[in-house]
Amino acid sequence: MTPENQPRARGEAARDPLHRGSNPELVIDVEKLNKSFGTKHVVRDFSLQVRRGEIYGFLGPNGSGKTTSIRMLCGLLKPDSGRGTCLGYDVVRETAQIKREVGYMTQRFSLWEDLTIRENLEFVARMYGMRDRKEAVASALRELNLHERQDQLAGTLSGGWKQRLALAACMLHRPKLLLLDEPTAGVDPQARRDFWEEIHGLAAKGISVLVSTHYMDEAERCHRLAYIAYGKLLATGTPDEVLHLFRLRTWAVSGQPARLVALAAELHGEPGISHVTAFGNTLHVTGEDEAELEKAVSKYFDEKDLAWRKAEAGLEDVFIHLMQSAPEAEQ
Amino acid sequence: MRFSWSRWVGIIVKEFIQLKRDRLTFGMIIGIPVIQLILFGYAINSDPKRLPTAVLSADASAYSRTLLAAMQTSGYFRIEKNVADENELEEMMAHGTVQFAVTIPENFGRKLVRGERPVLLVEADASDPAAIGNAVAALAQIASSSLNRDLGGSLAELKAVASPIDMRVHRRYNPEGVTAYNIVPGLLGTILTMTMVLMTGLAMTRERERGTFENLLSTPALPIEVMTGKIIPYILIGLVQVTLIVVAALLLFKVPMQGNPLLLYFVVLIFIAANLTLGITFSSVARNQLQSMQMTFFFFLPSILLSGFMFPFRGMPDWAQWLGSLLPLTHFLVLVRGIMLKGNTLDELWPAIWPILAFMLVVIGIGLGFYKRTLD
Ligand SMILES: Nc1ncnc2c1ncn2[C@@H]1O[C@H](COP(=O)(O)OP(=O)(O)O)[C@@H](O)[C@H]1O
Ligand SMILES: [Mg+2]
Repeated sequence: MTPENQPRARGEAARDPLHRGSNPELVIDVEKLNKSFGTKHVVRDFSLQVRRGEIYGFLGPNGSGKTTSIRMLCGLLKPDSGRGTCLGYDVVRETAQIKREVGYMTQRFSLWEDLTIRENLEFVARMYGMRDRKEAVASALRELNLHERQDQLAGTLSGGWKQRLALAACMLHRPKLLLLDEPTAGVDPQARRDFWEEIHGLAAKGISVLVSTHYMDEAERCHRLAYIAYGKLLATGTPDEVLHLFRLRTWAVSGQPARLVALAAELHGEPGISHVTAFGNTLHVTGEDEAELEKAVSKYFDEKDLAWRKAEAGLEDVFIHLMQSAPEAEQ
Repeated sequence: MRFSWSRWVGIIVKEFIQLKRDRLTFGMIIGIPVIQLILFGYAINSDPKRLPTAVLSADASAYSRTLLAAMQTSGYFRIEKNVADENELEEMMAHGTVQFAVTIPENFGRKLVRGERPVLLVEADASDPAAIGNAVAALAQIASSSLNRDLGGSLAELKAVASPIDMRVHRRYNPEGVTAYNIVPGLLGTILTMTMVLMTGLAMTRERERGTFENLLSTPALPIEVMTGKIIPYILIGLVQVTLIVVAALLLFKVPMQGNPLLLYFVVLIFIAANLTLGITFSSVARNQLQSMQMTFFFFLPSILLSGFMFPFRGMPDWAQWLGSLLPLTHFLVLVRGIMLKGNTLDELWPAIWPILAFMLVVIGIGLGFYKRTLD
């Protein structure tokens, strides 16, 4: 009998890198996960591969199933079907091991508002059975500049500070993988920048991050992106790859606000135009075919109060286009 | 994964800190026993005077007048009416216009002088037993001392017998004659039921409603650690409440303690455990705090009404007795009375202990069936 044929204990198999999914470099490797609530099919055939040290952006409109997908990855929800691994552990059977090594930051602040910052961190440290609890809490307080506020009740913190605390709490046990669910929603721009500095620092240390967001500038700071709508994964790839999924062409037009509103209505649904988006005092008119797009907009070129120029299609244009071509009729 | 003491302690510490900060809950835990003690303590201590009394006297001797005068002056009885026939007397009792009906038979005075110990019939409306306790106790004393004074001199030899009359007290409407002592076991039981079921019932639903349950679930904490860790503070609180009530009962209200205090704490622990498992089960089944609260009251009402706390158990219809015997409080009342008033031993108490344990097992089974390990 060769060693390979001998039966192994399950725990042993889990520790053996050869048995960690097909590729040890993949911290998340799931295939065709499905989840329904009642009759509502919330996540459909969700497959995702995240490499070690990667910052993976997770985008999609509200209610598209991002939170549900993340919860399935860390064992908080049981998929109806599908299989896969997270940090090499089975997402259905080995949720206990996953929980120990993953840091999950919930979309809604979910620490205890009637505990102080320090008490929250100490509690979390205890839950992970950390031996060096005191030092870990002290260094987390120091690193995130929470030291002066350590005795403040979490419920009295402002949004930005709550977000810092939540991040500190989910990183306390030094997880290998962070799952961050809209961590910067409702946080001011400076705090968002600081936050992303922090995330890039972590990635440099080999920690992998899956982060859901609505902000396009944040999407651009990720190594890879996934876009989900109506529970379906519509696109994955690097920001550059996603940007060039379609040969999108865009014209920008500026003018009187009232005229622009009327123009948007006129252009909407015209042949050659896939969508029209307002950005402050400009409209972005986007289409897939250069000639057809130009044909649609050229009749307005002579209008004297409008200034037309060619523009780059952005990620947002791609996502809007994706949404429109998605088979939403299924809903 | 194995049970972790470190995590368990962490949960207990957290619960204590939260409890300390939750002024309302904390106030309720201390306040409920204190307020109830004051309210019921007043009832126990109450020594109502001038209770309305009707008299049917078939004897016109000086002795019966002496007796009635002595009753009046004792302060306990206010003779409302001298009635002429039994029907009227009965009617006044039935309507509750009088608390006592005293019947003095024919030839009361003559028999008394002859030393034949005439019967003095006293009917008492015992539906509020606390109200009549002292009056009844005083009555025997009043009768013998007043009559003895009158009988002095030539009739002195009659004093030798314990009492010159044969006084018969009939407690009406409450044949069991529930005494004020019953209030202490009842208080213990209801306060524990109330606080234990309610507090633990809220413990899990509160986490779920505030969204913190998701955080708790995402840590490696095991359900058994969370559940038992959340229970511990309430066990301690329950024991504090029990001590408070028992000490007050012994010192202020002079309730006797015939049995072993350790045995009392033992059955109290069993009872607390039964209520806590029920509370945790409620919070597993309920979707939010309101539902959990409703379930608690849904359980609390029959517990109060059918356990023998409010109404004498043996006076209830069969179906109500049957329902009542499913409730832990019913058996707990038997246990506490048995220990405090009768000095029962463990052997004697067993028939009332196993139903509580059986209740607990069934409830745990239901609770584990409903416990959610995920957010599904
Ligand atoms: N526990 C649940 N029970 C029923 N429906 C749910 C539950 N959680 C999420 N949903 C539904 O699933 C859909 C996807 O939700 P979610 O995963 O939160 O989306 P996202 O995070 O992308 O906004 C929504 O329509 C939401 O209403
Ligand atoms: Mg979400």
